[in-house]
Order: sequence, then structure tokens, then C-alpha cells
Amino acid sequence: METITAASGTTSLTWLLIALPLAGAVILLGTGRVTNKWGHLLGVATIAGSFGVAVALWLSLLAKPSEDRAVRQFLFTWLDLGRFKVDVALQLDQLSMAFVLLITGVGLLIHVYAVGYMKGDDGRRRFFGYLNLFVAAMLLLVLADSYVLLYVGWEGVGLASYLLIGYYQTRDTAGPAAKKAFVVNRVGDIGMSVAIMLMFAAFGTVTFQGVFEAAPGASSAMVNGIGFMLLLAACGKSAQFPLQSWLLDAMEGPTPVSALIHAATMVTAGVYLIARSNPIFDLAPTAQMAVIIVGLITLLAGGIIASAKDDIKKALAGSTMSAIGYMMLAVGLGPTGYVFAIAFLLAHGFFKAGLFLGAGSVMHGMNDQVSMRRFGGLRSVMAITTATFGLGYLAIIGIPPLAGYFTKDLIIESALARSPIIGGLAVIGAGLTAFYMSRIFFMTFIGKKRWTEDVHPHESPWSMTVPMLVLAVGSVASGYLLMRDYTLEKWLEPVTGFVEPESSLSHVVVTSVTLTSVAVGIVAAILLYLRRDVPEVAPSKVSFLVVAARKDLFGDAFNEAVFMRPGQWLTRSLVWVDNKVIDGAVNGVAASLGGLSARARRIQTGYTRSYSLVMLSGALLVLVFLAIVGR
Amino acid sequence: MKNVPWLLIAGLVPLVGTALIAVVPRKSWVRGIALGTSLVTLAVVIAMATQFQIGGPDKFQFVTTYSWIPAFGVSFTLGVDGIGLVLVALAACLVPVVLIASWRDIEPPGSIKSYFGLMLVLQSMIIWVFSALDVFLFYLLFEAMLIPAYLLIGRFGGAQRSYAAMKFLLYSLFGGLVMLAALIGLYVASQTLLGNGTFDFQTLSSLEINTGLQNWLFLGFFLAFAIKAPLWPLHTWLPDAASEAKPGTAVLLVALMDKVGTFGMIRYCLELFPDASRTFAFTICILAVVSIVYGALVAIGQTDIMRLISYTSVSHFGFIILGIFAFTSQAQTGSVFYMVAHGFSTAALFLIAGVMMARGKSRNIADYGGVFKVAPLLAGFVLIAGLSGLALPGMASFPGEFLVLVGSFLRYPVLAIIATVAIVLSAVYILWLYQRVATGEPRGVVTDKFGDLRSREVWVFVPLVAVMIALGVYPQAVTRVIEPAVQSTLDRVGAVNPEPTALKPAESTKETTP
Repeated sequence: METITAASGTTSLTWLLIALPLAGAVILLGTGRVTNKWGHLLGVATIAGSFGVAVALWLSLLAKPSEDRAVRQFLFTWLDLGRFKVDVALQLDQLSMAFVLLITGVGLLIHVYAVGYMKGDDGRRRFFGYLNLFVAAMLLLVLADSYVLLYVGWEGVGLASYLLIGYYQTRDTAGPAAKKAFVVNRVGDIGMSVAIMLMFAAFGTVTFQGVFEAAPGASSAMVNGIGFMLLLAACGKSAQFPLQSWLLDAMEGPTPVSALIHAATMVTAGVYLIARSNPIFDLAPTAQMAVIIVGLITLLAGGIIASAKDDIKKALAGSTMSAIGYMMLAVGLGPTGYVFAIAFLLAHGFFKAGLFLGAGSVMHGMNDQVSMRRFGGLRSVMAITTATFGLGYLAIIGIPPLAGYFTKDLIIESALARSPIIGGLAVIGAGLTAFYMSRIFFMTFIGKKRWTEDVHPHESPWSMTVPMLVLAVGSVASGYLLMRDYTLEKWLEPVTGFVEPESSLSHVVVTSVTLTSVAVGIVAAILLYLRRDVPEVAPSKVSFLVVAARKDLFGDAFNEAVFMRPGQWLTRSLVWVDNKVIDGAVNGVAASLGGLSARARRIQTGYTRSYSLVMLSGALLVLVFLAIVGR
Repeated sequence: MKNVPWLLIAGLVPLVGTALIAVVPRKSWVRGIALGTSLVTLAVVIAMATQFQIGGPDKFQFVTTYSWIPAFGVSFTLGVDGIGLVLVALAACLVPVVLIASWRDIEPPGSIKSYFGLMLVLQSMIIWVFSALDVFLFYLLFEAMLIPAYLLIGRFGGAQRSYAAMKFLLYSLFGGLVMLAALIGLYVASQTLLGNGTFDFQTLSSLEINTGLQNWLFLGFFLAFAIKAPLWPLHTWLPDAASEAKPGTAVLLVALMDKVGTFGMIRYCLELFPDASRTFAFTICILAVVSIVYGALVAIGQTDIMRLISYTSVSHFGFIILGIFAFTSQAQTGSVFYMVAHGFSTAALFLIAGVMMARGKSRNIADYGGVFKVAPLLAGFVLIAGLSGLALPGMASFPGEFLVLVGSFLRYPVLAIIATVAIVLSAVYILWLYQRVATGEPRGVVTDKFGDLRSREVWVFVPLVAVMIALGVYPQAVTRVIEPAVQSTLDRVGAVNPEPTALKPAESTKETTP
């Protein structure tokens, strides 16, 4: 394991990464209307500053030998109780550096884009405040040096996500969607809490370094237990089966939010968590297998859901689920997969953010409509959007030499090396990806115009198109740049380890099989959505599979039947029990005491004759008593 | 500065304020006097806190003793350890805020003198009850507190106030009566063991009372504290009392007075009856976990804002009690920290609900909707107060709740895991409340005339939020004050933190190295 040195020189600026956007959030949310005019510019400036710091840090790490790159910056002691010692300290190493560049880089582009996208919105300052808060929390998440501090960032991004999904507060659908995201994430947080509880009970520490050093001494049940709990946490944040249901509803938020939080960065936090915890998972094969299974189920389920959605953002959300499924699959493969997972994650950050921004640009031109059944032929009026979206589309489906080809294919190759079933399902997933992405591209940009009469689509302003163009460049080039000559493998190896997958199949065979699957997907989409007219209203006579896919494979129905309705019944009956049984008993005791005293009061009749009678009997009793005792 | 009777002064200042309020000729001066007095009290407590020596040689500091009833070994003795200090500080911080929030509860023609006077009397008693070092004095104050609280609920509350006040009074008196019996038993035991009876806490807490008697005495004290705290199933007085009382009174009741219950468990149950505490710990932890889950579930089902907040407190008190009886330094320090955090976040919740009810004239959640659109600042504070209530990391409740979970897990893993369910349930009750009240288009009683926060109201919440965030970001400032006191209590109980299970013994001796 690599050694971690104290931050000094350039790396002592690490805290600024978080401090800048945090200060932005505090100012924007704390000052009120005063900053309405220029608040959004401050929001962009803080992220630009953070990005500048990130680049400087990256260069300074590059200048060091690869074993000495990890640094730790201690800020202050958060809690120190017996063994339970948690510092607010930042750990900057190769893995967190990669995320920091992604978060601040893509974050900056999306902040710029949002300046144009949110123009004219009354709450633009508040919006940028939330976005800044998100970036600060996300950076804390990836820079934390302990699980507890990571948890703070983890909940912080959850809060930002909640605020941004619910940004359009007066819409009736936004509130429930935001709440659902937060609550489902908190189910995952049970996993995080229990994992930390287990770590502390077993190792007496919650820092990454301490836990990883002690992990080999723990029982297999313990490391697997921790692994499963971390997986539960990852499922919540990364919208993986069985906690996937919130992500589709999360599209209620403004589109830049969907691009930044619900595509490029926050939803990949689960992948980060597992990659970061690699020393635990490498000791826990059962938990690793569970990660693989979760990844496989989600990559297929996400693809199926994405294939049936007419709402462009929801289709892309299904695609995000599916793509993160690939990343989970890869981190489940262990040292042969960690690097590829991060590679795909970084590339995905570019093309998925680009795709969402493209969708936002389309919506911007189409009066915020989202149904692809009323799009079509937009390439004639939105050339830049079509081009950038198109490059993102080709990148995600893995057309060589774009980013998805270099990164996703490696995951498939690694999966095939593990087992033909795992690899086979991943290949099918690639075909599904090609199908639903082609469907989205064809229905939106090609084919007949099916626009409603009131729309006059137009290309978006430069503040929106420039970020899209930059992301498109990333979608094209990032894969090659990351993977050529083992660049990323060498970079990440000290943190995650790297083992070349040993496959019986040659690289050429794997690529051909994957590309064949992709070709089948594209052809199917051409036949269904280019050769035939797309109906403006979704057809109702469809197969069971389509019905299921439209209903998110019954995820919500399941949650409703198994958790929500029994839960409602439980709370209602407990309220009844509380009012009638427990409080009833209390009032019952009080009432019977009251009754007793009322009866006792009746003895006080006020009649002298009855009092003297009682006195007489009393005196007689005393006499009798004395007579008996005195003998 | 060494011999200043800080605690005596801190409790006397509010009483002087009350006396002033009683004699001033103009009712319009009353509120100013009350607020000024409470700020003086706050200043005194801050001055005292700066003199506190963390981990100092004496367990109790600022000790002042006045002979009172020597025949029975009763003295007027005050003093605090770290636990007492943070709770006295909580009382000193919350009262000014409550006074500002209650500014317009009663306008001058009404009984403004008794309203604000009673609040100050209550504060004085609460400060002394947290610092009493004589068990008889503690008992006396514990019971006497009921009078101002009863009057505050019964005279100034809502429609059902008489019922709620009477229920509160009788329930508490019942607990107090049982405690009185145990108190007499304790006195007799001290007489037997020492030759002459005493109520001096420091003497009593070093007695070795025989186990059978300890059990009975423990139960006597515990019942009173469990009613006050409140622990399931003795909690039903709380929602009635808190929802019928004015919001400010509800804060004094739930955020401050109820802490006397959990404080009493640590100070009296654990230190006076250590063997009995160990005997009953597991059973009490089970009841605490029932409180946590049950309180949260019932909170979700409420239709009345004030009752909802009350039930969230039932759940939170469950955490506090679980942490106390898990007997690890993490859990118990977490509990005390949670007492402070809960004080601030519950105060914020009750008071923001009060602000909303002052506009909407209804406690019924269903009457509200879309507050965000007409009063964004108000809605924002509802959310912030709620987020602290659901223990969001970065806010005050999180370190407390998390320490309780981590620390209890070492002792009772299954109970701790069951308690984590509250992580989800708290999100449901808070965010659903916010969704119903604040989101969507304005509905029901929420109209354009609703009005956002006025500047007086803003100054209620800004300090509360600042403290909640400060406690969440830098909890160590408070936990380091608490921990030595907790450690001494756990030593008395004979509890040692369990060692990590997966470390070799040689490694685990490293604990003390910094």
C-alpha cells in the first residue's frame, strides 16, 4: 500500500477546492435578493477557481513519483472519543484527483451552460447556490480520508440533489420526486451507517488507511458483511437495483442538474465508494459477486427501461442506470476491473453530460417539451446540438475510436475473462445501449417533424452550445487519451491495483462480437424508428415487455405494494394504538381513580346522624380490638 | 474569579427579573425586562463556561454550598460537571430565543406579566436542577418546576389546554411521588451505611448499597425520569401538552424540561445505583429502541404539526436513552451531545411551526400548502430546522445520533441496527411535512396575505441555525467538555469500551497514543 504524506507546497491548497464552492453557496443562499443580479456569475467563478486549483494540484502530483502522490491535509479534529477519532482531513490521491478533475471540469461547463439555460428564471441565484453546494459536497465526498467524513459529503450531495430535484417548488410533481430521491437514498444510508458501525467494532477506526491496514485480520464474515453494507449504500446513491426507482423521477429537476448530478457525478459516487474500498472487496469474494450481479441486473434493466421511454430525459436516465450498471459490474470484477470502471466513469461523465445538455438544448428550443414523439427532424434547425448529441450518441454506444469504445469494451473484455455468462450479458447490454440510443437520436433529430403547432425550435445561445462542444470533444477523445499506453492504469495502480484480465478470447474477437451486438441494436432501431413513422401518441396495443418497460419494470408498483401501503397501514394502526390503547390506558386509570374518589366523596354525606353512627361503630371496633389484644 | 458563585447567580438573575416584572408599573416594559434578564443570564453562563477546566482535577466545578436543613443532611449545594455545564448553557441560550419568538403571543392588555414571569421562573429552576448536588434539592426543584410549567400550559395554551395541563401535572406528580419514596429509601440506606443520613450527592454516589435495595431505588428514580424524558410507553402526555401549549412553552417543555429526565438517568440512576443500572440496562435499551421506531412511525401518521414534532422527540429521546444505557463512552457522550442538539433543533421546529400557525391559525397540516411561493424565507427555515431534525450530517443532531449508533453497536449490535431504521423514517416524517406544507401552489389558509418572516422572527432563527451548523461542523468543541464527565460516570458503573474484535491484543493497546 502506498504511503500518504502530509500536504505541503501546492497540495496544501487542497482545502480551497471545497472552500470556494462552499463560500459561493453560503453567499448565494445567505444574502437573499441583494445578489440576484450577479449571483450566477459568482457561482460560475467559484467553480472556475476550484477547477484552476484542481489543475494545479494535478500538475503537482504528476511531478511526483507515482508511489508518493498521495497526500493528506489535516484541517481540524471533528470528533475524538476513545478510539473514535474522526478528523476533517482531505486525502488527495490518484483516485480522488481523477474525480476532482471530473467534478470541477464538467461542473464548470454545466455552470456556464446553466447561465443561459436558467436565464429568465426568478430563482436563478438560488439555483446556483444549490449547484455550488452540490459541488462542495461532492468534492468532500471524494476527498474525505475516512468513511465518516465521506458520509458527510455523501449526505451533502443527497441534500443538494433533493433541493435541485425539487427546484420547481410549485410543481406538484417536484416535491414528491425530491422526497422520494432522498428517502430511497436514506435506505442506502442504512447500509453506510451499518458498514461504519461494523468497521469501528472490528477495527476500532474509521479512516480509510486504518481500515484497509486492519482488514486482512478480520474474519471473512466481517469483511463480507461490510462489503454488502457498502454495496447497499452504493445502490442507493447510484440508483442500482433494488434502489433504482428514484432516478427516473429525479428528472423533475432542471436539465443542467440532471446532467451534472444525475448523470456525470453524484450517481457515480457508489462506484467511487466500492473502488475506494477495494482492499475490503478484494477480501470479500461473496460481496464482490453481489456487486457483479447488481451491476448486471441494472445494466439490463436500465437498457430495457430506456428503450420504452418517450420522455427524452427519462430515456437518458434509464441509460445512466444502465451505464452505471456497467461500472458496478467492473468494480465487482476486482483488480481486473477497477481501472476500467473509472475509465468508463470519466468518459461517461463527458458523453452523458453532453447528451443531457443536448436534451436541455432541445427542450429549450421546444418550449420545455420532453416527449420525443413530438420531436423529429430537429437536425434541420439545431445543427450544433445535433452534432454534439450525435457524437455523444456514437461515443456511448462504443463506435471506434470514440470514448465508449476504449472504455466500455474493456469492461466487456474483462467480464468475458471472468465468465462467459457475465461477459455475454454485458455484450447483450451493449446491443441494448445501441438500440435505445439510436431510438433517441432518430426520434429527436431525424425523421419527420412531429412538432406541436406552437413551437419554433431554434439553436441555443453560445453559453449553452460552447459547453456542449467541449463535452463533445471529450466524448470523442477522452477514451483514447485515458487508455493509450496504459495511461490510466499506471496512474491509478497505486490506489486500486491493476491486473491485466487474462482472456482466452483475443481482443479482436471481443471487439467484433461487441460491435456485432451494437450493429444489431442500430439496425433494429433503424427498422423501427426510421423506416416506419413514429406515432405522435404512444401506441397502447403493445407487448407485455413494453408495458413493463414503460412502468420501470414495475419497480414503483413493487415498492408501493411491499413498502408504502403496508407502511401506511402500519403508521395508521400505530396512531390508533397510541391514541386508544396506550393513551386510553392512561386516561382509563385516571378515570377509574376519578370514579373512586367520587364514590369516596359520597361518604361525606353531611348528616350528623350518619357521622355519629360511623363514630360509634369505630369506637366499638376499637374497644373490641383492645379487648382481644389486651387479654 | 475563582470563588464567584456562578451557578447561584445564573439562577438568581431570572428570579430578580421576575421580581422586577412583578413590580413594574407599565406592562409594555415587561418583555424588555424579560429579554434583558435572559441576556444577562446568558452572559453569566458564558463567563462561567470560560472558567470551566475541561478534565480538571475536580469532577464538579463551581461548587457552592449553603447549609439548609442540617438535621436531615440537606444542603443547598450547586456544582456542574461537563454534562451539567452544557445543559445549563442550553437553558441559557434557548430562553432569550424563546422570549423573542413569544414576543407577540400576548399583547399588553393580557396577562403578559405572568406569562413572561413564569418563563423566567422556569428557567431559574431548570438551571438549578441541572446543577443541584443535593438529591433533596434536586427532587424539590424537579417537582417545583411543574408549577410554572403547569400554569404556562393551562393558562396560555390552546382549546384543550386544561386537559393537557392536568394530564401533564398528574403524570409528572405520579412519577415524582414514586421518586419521593425512593428518595426516602435512599436516605434510610445512607443512614444505615454511614451512621447519619445525608442527601449530599457526592457522598451518596460513593455508597455501596446492597443490590436488592439498589434495584428498587433505581426503579423509583427511573420511573420518574422515564415519564419526563419521555420513554415509550409513558409518552402520551407529551403530544397533548406540547401541542396545546404556546410554541415557546412547548420549547421550554420539550427542549429543556424533558432533558431533566435523561440528565437524571445519567446523574442519579447510573451514579447512585450502578449495579442496578447494569441489571436493567438491556431492558431499557429495548424500550429505547421501541421509542425510536415507534415514535418515528407515529410521527409519520400525525395530522397536527405540533403533535408531529412531539412524536419526533419521542423518537429522538429514544436515541438519547439508548446511548445512556449502552455504557460506552462514544454512545453516552453522543447522548449528551444529542440532548444539546435536540434542544436547538426541536426549538427551531416548534418555533417555526409557531410562526406559521400564527399566520394560518391552524395546527392542521392539511390546511397548509405552497408556503414556499408566498413566504420563501419561512419555508426555508422550516426545511433547515427539519434537516437538523432528520440528523443531516453537518447539522447538530448528526454527531449525536451517529455516536449513539456507533457506540451502542459495540454493546448491542442488533438493537443498533434496528435503530438505524429511524434514518429512513426521519426523512419521511420531515420531508413529507415539508412537501405538504411548503411545495405546490398555495392552498388552504396560505394566501397572498400570509406574509414572510418579519425581522424579529428572522432574529429568532438566525442564531438557532448558526448554532446548529456550528455544532454539526465542530462537535468536538462540546464533546470534549462532556467526555470526562461521561468517563467518570462509566467508571462508576464499571463499564469499559469493548475492544475492536479484529485487532490482535498487542495492537489494541495503542489506544492512548495520540
